[in-house]
Amino acid sequence: MSASVEELKAIASPVVVDARGVSCPGPILAAKKQIAAVTLGNVMEVLATDSGTLKDIPAWCRKMGHDFLGSFEEAGSIHLFLRKAK
Amino acid sequence: MSKKTIIVFSGDYDRMMAAFIIANGAAAMDDEVTMFFTFWGLAALRKENPGISDKPKSGLQKMFAGMLPKGPEKLSLSKFNFAGAGRSMMKKVMRAENVMTVSELLATAQEQGIKLIACTMSMDVLGIGKEQLIDGIEYAGVATYLAEADEGNVNLFI
Repeated sequence: MSASVEELKAIASPVVVDARGVSCPGPILAAKKQIAAVTLGNVMEVLATDSGTLKDIPAWCRKMGHDFLGSFEEAGSIHLFLRKAK
Repeated sequence: MSKKTIIVFSGDYDRMMAAFIIANGAAAMDDEVTMFFTFWGLAALRKENPGISDKPKSGLQKMFAGMLPKGPEKLSLSKFNFAGAGRSMMKKVMRAENVMTVSELLATAQEQGIKLIACTMSMDVLGIGKEQLIDGIEYAGVATYLAEADEGNVNLFI
């Protein structure tokens, strides 16, 4: 149940994690650190440049029990969205 | 939450990176992680200036202790090391690509509460005392590792 790019762009994420320029495992370390600041049910956006995050953030969500909403790439940055579910 | 155990046998810089990246990734996924450092892997837990161990040692143990790299950034690459020149070049590329060094990965592992265990048998063989290793680690043997591995669902030998 992946959201469309338009739907994702319409989300105003209260917490945005900027992991651009950081290589593996930086983005998931950053996600893990920041998720604590997210209210249950709210969306967190992860910004990254490492293409591995396209697979890694969804895998991290599966393992952690969060809902991965989808991603899009724009101007060299990858935007990934997830909803804190536990 | 599940548990991962990693045996770090190798003292190669690149293998050490792999071990720590997996360990930190697992911890970031809420897994409990234990890393068991044995033989050449112990070098990563050494202080940069370990001093001389006060343990009684034979000449051979002193020789091993002298040759064993002092700390994570002194480890050699498994390939293209060229007496350390290759490692320096690799680190330059890593910096440019924002890849974490082994010492940064080690610090992150400690921050994340990853359990680091030094194998005491290897310490004896290599003439390394506790005072030569970094703080915040545990000391144990094969039974401790096996008991931890029994509770885990992934076990790696690196």
